[in-house]
Amino acid sequence: MAVVFDRPHALVDIPMHYCPGCTHGIAHRLVAEALDELGIEGRTVGISSVGCSYNNYFYFNCDMIQAPHGRAPAVATGVKRSLPDSIVFTYQGDGDLAAIGTAEIVHAAARGENITVIFINNTIYGMTSGQMAPTTLLNQVTTTTPYGRDPKLHGNPIRVCEMLSTLKGPAYIERVSLHDIKHIKKAKEAVRKAFKVQMAGKGFSLVEILSTCPTNWGMNPLEALDRVKNEMIEYYPLGVFAGEDLEV
Amino acid sequence: MGERLLMKGNEVIAEAAIRAGCRHYFGYPITPQTEIAHYMAKKMPKVGGVFLQAESEVAAINMVYGAASAGKRVMTSSSSPGISLKQEGISYASGSQLPAVVVNIMRGGPGLGGIQPSQSDYFQATKGGGHGDYHMIVLAPSSVQELYELTVDAFNLADQYRMVAMILGDGVLGQMMEVVNFRDEEPIVETDKSWCACGHGMKREHNTITSIHLDPAVLEQWNINLQNKYKTICEKEQRYEIYKCDDAEIIIVAYGSVARIAKNVVQVAREEGIKVGLLRPITLWPFPVKAFEQVMDRAKAFLTVEMSSGQMLEDVMLAVNGRKPVYFTGRMGGMIPRVDDVMAKIKEIMAG
Ligand SMILES: Cc1ncc(C[n+]2csc(CCOP(=O)(O)OP(=O)(O)O)c2C)c(N)n1
Ligand code: SF4
Ligand SMILES: [Mg+2]
Repeated sequence: MAVVFDRPHALVDIPMHYCPGCTHGIAHRLVAEALDELGIEGRTVGISSVGCSYNNYFYFNCDMIQAPHGRAPAVATGVKRSLPDSIVFTYQGDGDLAAIGTAEIVHAAARGENITVIFINNTIYGMTSGQMAPTTLLNQVTTTTPYGRDPKLHGNPIRVCEMLSTLKGPAYIERVSLHDIKHIKKAKEAVRKAFKVQMAGKGFSLVEILSTCPTNWGMNPLEALDRVKNEMIEYYPLGVFAGEDLEV
Repeated sequence: MGERLLMKGNEVIAEAAIRAGCRHYFGYPITPQTEIAHYMAKKMPKVGGVFLQAESEVAAINMVYGAASAGKRVMTSSSSPGISLKQEGISYASGSQLPAVVVNIMRGGPGLGGIQPSQSDYFQATKGGGHGDYHMIVLAPSSVQELYELTVDAFNLADQYRMVAMILGDGVLGQMMEVVNFRDEEPIVETDKSWCACGHGMKREHNTITSIHLDPAVLEQWNINLQNKYKTICEKEQRYEIYKCDDAEIIIVAYGSVARIAKNVVQVAREEGIKVGLLRPITLWPFPVKAFEQVMDRAKAFLTVEMSSGQMLEDVMLAVNGRKPVYFTGRMGGMIPRVDDVMAKIKEIMAG
């Protein structure tokens, strides 16, 4: 019988710890599929960050390094500069990448560091139980914005793709979403392209993935997917922000 | 015989690192150690190595973390305020058991302090400046020749014990020029690096570099393993110099550039008929407690001299453990103790 659907080799066969309805797991699968399909698992080094995905070194079958909060792009730089033929990716949440790690991501992008960044935007600090993230939408209630995010008090949400695309370093930047099958397929293409950009030595690539956190949003999984579709995409438009015409 | 060159301390550190096989350097400018970066920027491209000016010391130490994870000999250097920023990365590297060399050419603090020499980061270096139960091997050279030799040793020790080794110098050492006798070949210790994250090539299980263990029992065992390693180091790696202590009644304890001043004091005191010797710790961690046993019987008193408010003093007191009186004199803020200052203190002690 022909196998039409299987676990990617790059994904370890153990249960994940993510909450029901969390899209971290889907994002992992997309990364693993890309490693399989491009045949690069053996020369890939992944960098886990600090957030709900802190221990995804258990899930990815490639060599993995756990980095301090926000520092994954600097750790990735150290690896890539040491092993130019390796494929290096970071997997970072929005608190990790856009708050504590802002300097590291901006400068890795500005240097055009030849790495791939998988950026999970769920508009919240998932792991530490639902505090405001730099990406939290206006009026969004979190445990540290109990009356909703007020721009006068808490500032405005950061659009990472738009901000980084003002730099010359990035070769490819795209924002995708995981709220339905069609968009998951597009997300898969983007992740694949990001790795191919790195394989071709073109420079910095980043895929921002709009993701759910049903637990800290106080929603069931379906409501959470609807929130991505109906609220998040409005502020975080999908599309390519750098490298639209890049052929790889 | 190898090359004999007149060189500046900071440049010698950089040259020694390259000779020791270090091909990756990440740093951020700060006085009084910037010549290390200048030297690396010039030399690394010529030897197929990597020099990268990072956006901050935080980024630099994390680049070190990445290169060390990939199995490479790697170094960063800074001075006091920058070393404070590196503490997070040093703690992580210690937790993840990564070999790396960190150079601190100390300047006066706290805060932005000044740019003149100081030894006020002794506590930070030897007692764990970052969080958690960890240690670095801390080497304290006191001449440019020793900057060379101890930098090479630092890479070997870091690899052997899979931990961070620090060169703790000060602005005097970094800036001064002396003749260095280079060896033709360095005594590079090759170690097993099969643990590194460099791509498994589909030939082995995947490797993981991590410092997180959420199960307290596992984390405790991890800590016990670290402590056992530290115990071995305390037994095997203490280094020190004992200078004119055979007949000495007062023993000065000083390290780094202050030990050079102390040698002058020993001379001057002896000319005046006072029997003074010097005990010079070369490893600050592990602290050379063994050296104290060698001089304890004869000594009447110990005098610690530092460019700080008296930080190493605490380790001296622990080593002496009440058996003999321990005195202190020092300067702070970038001021350097003079021979006269130390002589005055010695006479005060003699007067009882
Ligand atoms: C230096 C440091 N500060 C704070 C924390 C606590 N912390 C752990 S995860 C986290 C937030 C992560 O949020 P995000 O990056 O959005 O990831 P998510 O959990 O949402 O996937 C914080 C603040 C830490 N581990 N280290
Ligand atoms: S807390 Fe949120 S982000 Fe974390 S696993 Fe649960 S749903 Fe996912
Ligand atoms: Mg988040």
